[in-house]
Amino acid sequence: MSAPLTASAGTAAIAPGVRPATGFWRRALRHRSFVLGAVLSLVVLVAALLSLVWTPWSAYDIDVASKLHPPSAAHWLGTDVLGRDIVSLLLVGARSTIMVGVIAVGIGLTFGVGLGLIAAARKGWTEELIMRMSDFTFAFPAVLSAIMLAAVAGPGMVTSITAIGIFQIPTFVRVTRGSANAIWAREFVLAARAAGKGSFRITIEHVLPNILSILIVQATIQFALAILAEAALSYLGLGTQPPQPSWGRMLNDAQTLLFQSPMLAVYPGVAIAIAVLGLNLLGDGLRDLLDPRLARER
Amino acid sequence: MSDAPLIEVKDLGVRLNTSRGPAQAVRGISFALRRGETLGLVGESGCGKSVTALALMGLLPDSAVISGSIRLDGAELVGLPDAAYCKLRGNRISMIFQEPMTALNPMHTIGHQVAEPLRRHTGISATEARGEAIALLDRVGLPDAAKRVDAYPHQFSGGQRQRITIAMALACQPDVLIADEPTTALDVTIQGQILDLIADLVAERGMSMILISHDLGVIAENVERMMVMYGGTVVESGETNAVFTRMGHPYTQGLFRARPRLGARKGTRLTTIAGTVPELADLPAGCTFADRCGIVEARCRAALPAVVDVGGRHGVRCIRTDVSMSAGGVGA
Repeated sequence: MSAPLTASAGTAAIAPGVRPATGFWRRALRHRSFVLGAVLSLVVLVAALLSLVWTPWSAYDIDVASKLHPPSAAHWLGTDVLGRDIVSLLLVGARSTIMVGVIAVGIGLTFGVGLGLIAAARKGWTEELIMRMSDFTFAFPAVLSAIMLAAVAGPGMVTSITAIGIFQIPTFVRVTRGSANAIWAREFVLAARAAGKGSFRITIEHVLPNILSILIVQATIQFALAILAEAALSYLGLGTQPPQPSWGRMLNDAQTLLFQSPMLAVYPGVAIAIAVLGLNLLGDGLRDLLDPRLARER
Repeated sequence: MSDAPLIEVKDLGVRLNTSRGPAQAVRGISFALRRGETLGLVGESGCGKSVTALALMGLLPDSAVISGSIRLDGAELVGLPDAAYCKLRGNRISMIFQEPMTALNPMHTIGHQVAEPLRRHTGISATEARGEAIALLDRVGLPDAAKRVDAYPHQFSGGQRQRITIAMALACQPDVLIADEPTTALDVTIQGQILDLIADLVAERGMSMILISHDLGVIAENVERMMVMYGGTVVESGETNAVFTRMGHPYTQGLFRARPRLGARKGTRLTTIAGTVPELADLPAGCTFADRCGIVEARCRAALPAVVDVGGRHGVRCIRTDVSMSAGGVGA
């Protein structure tokens, strides 16, 4: 037998049901995509945190005289059409990206997973009602719900985050209900019911842990979609309002100058790609690491 | 030990709503089990064995319509609210399932899963429950129980997992144990061990057991009384010895002839029962076995035959027992 197996049987004599932390981190460090994903996500996070205390230039100072400068010692990645420093814009933009992603996915996860679990546990008309409501919400694209919200609450970051968050709920409802239904049909749930557990306990103890890996992966995908949705909304003037920089706005500003200075589109594009890739790899790695059945192979 | 039955089922009927319309999955099942008694349910797939077991556990889907009566120690279980049933399940009535590979949650350690019903029903502390779980796992013959209590289900073999599910089912010392094909998914060599273990535990704890199987051999060796089910009804019931000595129902006889035999000449085909099991959604009006029976008559199809007592609480649901039970039965 391999080493991790004997280790998990031996070191775990601490408390029942608690996974040995040492084993988790040792396996985590050996998991290539988890490490890469963690590093990339950390880069974005550090950039956002760094922008709170330091940026090479102010991200809000317009200096039209030095617009569209190529990379130099002063401006490492050059300047944009308004003469703002690209590096500084990227650093500050990381903040809104993270904020939009975390909050919007948070809204989607909280409501979507909750409703999905209820639908799977209660069945009958409760399930029907929840699913039809989520179909209804799903029928409105994020952009449309953002426009509607903006008409009521005025455009801005809060509006766009809320709209993206609401748009994410039905996706999570569907994914949760679908995978939860599959777990409910498994024999160990029947065994748990035969042991006298009610549907709430079964949902928390049996259904949720078994669909967690799916939800984590879905959340990283939704995070990426949220970043892209924010970019689209900013383009329509419904998202982050100028002068607040965001990667999505930078990308859309660069669009008009694609033939003059193509690199202006590349920088935020690469930044978005790094964030999305990092999160996807992280989610993928977490899925493997949280599954005790895959613990041995890594 | 009192003479009052521990569990008493009277005229149990279950109607399930299937995609093909309502199906009378179980009709008119009655039996009583005293403490320490064992009962076998035998029959082929889809005959209502498992539905009967789930009805006893109160685990049928909400859409199922249950009629008749199930009494545990005199208390009626049919129509009991789910919250009250939750207190009984795993505590007074427990169940062992067919597939040990899927009956355990892959995300939790086995110790957690065995300790869980204990904590739930007896309210003991986590440490006590853990100690109890180790003792139980040790009792069901899991090697190195104290060390392996924190391992996950995938780290065990099929036989070991079935031992774990048995430990789970027995954690709260239930009065009634329902074993639904507990050895069907296991190797033949392991089957005997698991059945012996169950028999030992049943005797040791004075439980009543309902053993469900499609295997006549398993039934013959493990239970005192048996019921043969076909098309949702009990077609023959009685003391196991009595039934095996004098099989009264053509279906039981057919099942018995269809078993593979050691020492049969190579190339001999197994005997089969002609035809297929009737759809529960459209059962015939009369005897459910009529379409496959060798001695069927017109009156067999008129109405469901009544149970005929052929002596010594041995009942046969057939109106032609005079023929089927004469000199070796039908065509034997």
